[in-house]
Amino acid sequence: MALKFPIFMDAQSTTPVDPRVVEAMIPYFTEKFGHPASRNHSFGWEAETAVDRAREQIARIIGARDPKEVIFTSGGTESINLAVKGVAEMYREKGNHIVTTAIEQRASLDVCKRLERQGYEITYVPVQPDGLVDVETIRQAITDKTILISVMFANNEVGTIQDMPAIGRLAKEKGIIFHADATQALGKIPVNVETAGIDLLSCTAHLIYGPKGVGALYVRRKAPRVRIAPLIDGGGHERGMRSGTLPVPLIVGFGRAAEICGEVMSEEGARLAKLRDRLQDMILSNVDEAYLNGHPERRLPHNLNISFAYVEGESVLMGLNKESALSSGSACTSSTLEPSYVIGALGASAELAHSSIRFSLHRFTTEEEVEHVGARTIEVVKRLREMSPLYELAKEGVDLKSIRWKAE
Amino acid sequence: MAYSEKVVDHYNNPRNVGSFGKDTPGVGTGLVGAPECGDVMKLQIKVNLDTGLIEDAKFKTFGCGSAIASSSLATEWLKGKTVDEAAKIKNTDIVNELKLPPVKIHCSVLAEDAIKAALADYRDKHAPADARASSE
Repeated sequence: MALKFPIFMDAQSTTPVDPRVVEAMIPYFTEKFGHPASRNHSFGWEAETAVDRAREQIARIIGARDPKEVIFTSGGTESINLAVKGVAEMYREKGNHIVTTAIEQRASLDVCKRLERQGYEITYVPVQPDGLVDVETIRQAITDKTILISVMFANNEVGTIQDMPAIGRLAKEKGIIFHADATQALGKIPVNVETAGIDLLSCTAHLIYGPKGVGALYVRRKAPRVRIAPLIDGGGHERGMRSGTLPVPLIVGFGRAAEICGEVMSEEGARLAKLRDRLQDMILSNVDEAYLNGHPERRLPHNLNISFAYVEGESVLMGLNKESALSSGSACTSSTLEPSYVIGALGASAELAHSSIRFSLHRFTTEEEVEHVGARTIEVVKRLREMSPLYELAKEGVDLKSIRWKAE
Repeated sequence: MAYSEKVVDHYNNPRNVGSFGKDTPGVGTGLVGAPECGDVMKLQIKVNLDTGLIEDAKFKTFGCGSAIASSSLATEWLKGKTVDEAAKIKNTDIVNELKLPPVKIHCSVLAEDAIKAALADYRDKHAPADARASSE
């Protein structure tokens, strides 16, 4: 098969919508345009039935007992805001302490920062060099004021998958609500709120081949019944937790996307893991001082994150971006102008954080694409090393740490 | 953020990549930036000790595409200048030439620092020769 450029290998930022999902959505823009809260005519009933079906499809993929536990939102960011702020407000009387990790996605960290300014106390537990959180560090962080443990299921940069059942058991033992940010994990690896003891779960459609603009929050109704304060007031939709007219076409797409993921997950995961391993082997066997970031086994099947010592990430992307789309933890590619705090939290030097490249594969990634991107990456890194003063110094045997750098 | 054509050209066809021996007569070396900041530039000039002109310049850069382009451009501009003329190259000249966006201005600042450091190193090593050249 001939290669088609550019090659998209940035599937942890977003994914293309599966054509089957688009097909499911289309009628809900035009002839089936009803408002699901219209109780007295067929347009409304039709829309409500479609939303209920999507609720069931999502409940199924996360192992929820009752579809009513699924609340639709505008996406992962809103779900996380609703979960964390909603619990913080609702359980304020009970306590003001939240335990989370240092490698959560921006939305989670920013919500926690805001809560800190409002008088809440947040503990950001560190992670091990492989990205795994030691459950004992969470246990030690818990106080009698702790009302929430919030942990990402799988990391967006390095793909490390946390031991959610162990954290869930701890939360249960202590009677603390457990929120899982499953935006990266959903549809890629088995996610089950029952076996993992999850009380709140955030997820989004656009990372599972669904449309942008819709997400969901799972809110446990039994054992325990979790209550959250809404962020948005209005017509009392979604059991009062999220008012606003439901975007029916997006929700239908989300449901269908979840359903497809449920059907193909094990096969797709195995295929992508094999391609990912091929890419990893290719790069690591051809480039010296290239380091795998994250856990070598406990990671998402479509994720590969490598730091290339002595070359800067953005310059690697620049060498590739005519033909392929990837992302980097380099400061030059972030909106904050700081290198990746995730790679930093794994204990890597700032230099290696600047040098990290994330390859994320998806449903439509082909073997040819992997071969091409792998070969080009090797070429670009080698070329950049030829013009890297750090590589030159390292080859001369100079310890880079011994140099007194004159930073700006 | 799209890159300007000139940045892309310097990135794809960097001018004067390489190194001179640090102790070669006429060579001045500047090494600026820091690995943890994501930018390190090594810029070298080679002055013809008879004419006082910079006859060659080389660079190696660890950094983003704009940092590579800024240092590549600097080596082009250095060639044929006297040390005093070279000292007048300003980061804003680089910004204008490469059309660097505001977030990339620090790359041009680093390139100017690298030029200054290379010139200073040259002067440190060759001050007597310089004095002789100017008195002739």
